[in-house]
Amino acid sequence: MNTVVQVTQEVPAPARDDAAVVVHGLTRRFGDGPAVLDRLDLAIAPGEFVALLGHSGSGKSTLLRTLAGLDPVTEGSVVRPREVSVVFQESRLLPWKRVWQNTVLGQDGADRRDRAVAVLEEVGLGHRVDAWPLTLSGGEAQRAALARALVREPAFLMLDEPFAALDALTRLKMQRLVSDLWIRHRCAVLLVTHDVDEALLLADRAVVLERGRIRTDVPIPMDRPRRHADPRFEHLRGILLESLGVHDG
Amino acid sequence: MSGTLIRTASPVAVRAVPRSAWRPRLGILTRYASPFLLVLFWQAACSVGLLSTRLVASPAQIVATGWALTRDGTLPTNLAVSLARAGFGLGIAFVAGVSLALVSGLSRLGEDIVDAPLQILRTLPALALVPLFILWFGIGETPKIALVALGSSFPIYLNLHKGIRSIDPKLLEMARTLGLSRARTIRDVILPGALPDLLVGLRFAVGISWLMLVVAEQVNADSGIGHMMMDAEDFLRTDIILVGLVIYGLLGLASDQIVRFLENTLLSWRPSHRIGRST
Ligand SMILES: Nc1ncnc2c1ncn2[C@@H]1O[C@H](COP(=O)(O)OP(=O)(O)OP(=O)(O)O)[C@@H](O)[C@H]1O
Ligand SMILES: [Mg+2]
Repeated sequence: MNTVVQVTQEVPAPARDDAAVVVHGLTRRFGDGPAVLDRLDLAIAPGEFVALLGHSGSGKSTLLRTLAGLDPVTEGSVVRPREVSVVFQESRLLPWKRVWQNTVLGQDGADRRDRAVAVLEEVGLGHRVDAWPLTLSGGEAQRAALARALVREPAFLMLDEPFAALDALTRLKMQRLVSDLWIRHRCAVLLVTHDVDEALLLADRAVVLERGRIRTDVPIPMDRPRRHADPRFEHLRGILLESLGVHDG
Repeated sequence: MSGTLIRTASPVAVRAVPRSAWRPRLGILTRYASPFLLVLFWQAACSVGLLSTRLVASPAQIVATGWALTRDGTLPTNLAVSLARAGFGLGIAFVAGVSLALVSGLSRLGEDIVDAPLQILRTLPALALVPLFILWFGIGETPKIALVALGSSFPIYLNLHKGIRSIDPKLLEMARTLGLSRARTIRDVILPGALPDLLVGLRFAVGISWLMLVVAEQVNADSGIGHMMMDAEDFLRTDIILVGLVIYGLLGLASDQIVRFLENTLLSWRPSHRIGRST
């Protein structure tokens, strides 16, 4: 696996050769403000699905943007695979390119269209291959964004609240889709979400961020597909809500 | 209770279908009815002597004169000259406006160098430069083409520059996470994103080019529609002047249609455009 060390500032990276993503001592501040990320350590194994929870403003998106290479690493170190993909809350499709062209944007090769069609069929969008993005529904647009992320065969997939703007029913379908895709592709995933149930349905591990530090880091050792009725589900739900500062008796 | 509701609902639904199918044709009729009546009145007023043909020629006379001018070649020759001037001027304006906007839109340094002087220059009314242009370029084709080019490059520059600068930063960020090169980002994200603004600029530019041409040809020229009209003034030929006005009107209408057509074909990805075309 080709890994890239972005910046290492006299902080020795921990010996985690088996990890896909290693964040060590990452600190990020904007201007003279308080640290948004505060000496953060996090490792994600290859193929591991990690859910990142935390209050608004706790630094989730900042961490994800740094991992995506959109924000610079100024303090600490980040090691990540070269092939990464990001899906944001908005689909960010180019309105002037058809869905399939958006999917393989920046990809070369004569078989571009075939690859686009294949991955669009995989996300259940085979019937909208030639559509203009502005004619897609919110759920369809997010499927297209997922397809665009997957066509690059990333070793590490980042999802920043990808279903937050969708209705509850569509969100359920999308969660199942992501679960299926992950089982098939087996890339490492970092899913930012506000939804504790979503984290428990999908992830191997839940990490709760608070003021730029990891407050809770719990494994979710349940078999898939998962059921809300599972007693362990309720137990983990309690733990996560507790560490988010929500008490439901 | 529900039975009556259904019964009252159905005739409404039945009536709605033919009405919506009829509306476009009726719309055309009502839209052109009032200009048509106006022309009729005008003709009638001229025929009974209410309007002096010295002040304004009658519609019939305009048509006759237009036909005569076409047959003796005066109108086609002058029209060709005017069209060539407008075309050349617009062509130069397009190349200059687009290049300058690309330079200042795509690089900070370019913006510092290009944008400030252009923003100052654009506050000058281009028509005020007519005397200077005649001094510089004489009375040949150059000052007229230069005037058209100068006037119409500003809307192209300003709109394209704005379009490039107002690309959604989220799309640019997306391009970065997809690993698009700078050249590819410009080609696939920035330019298509700025195209709607470029077309808005082009539409303004076409309008301004006719305005510039009218002035340039009336101030000094020995050919062109404007010259034809000024010539007619000396002989009190209101019919020829009105033919010129009609031609200007038709040219403006035609160029607007061309830009509209460009918008519809180039921006077919915009849902509003498809709706606009089908209704
Ligand atoms: N470009 C920026 N300039 C200044 N401050 C910023 C910038 N980006 C983020 N911040 C600040 O950093 C903090 C963390 O922001 P971040 O977007 O990471 O939060 P988040 O956990 O993703 O929140 P949410 O759940 O609402 O998306 C916030 O206080 C925010 O105001
Ligand atoms: Mg966020």
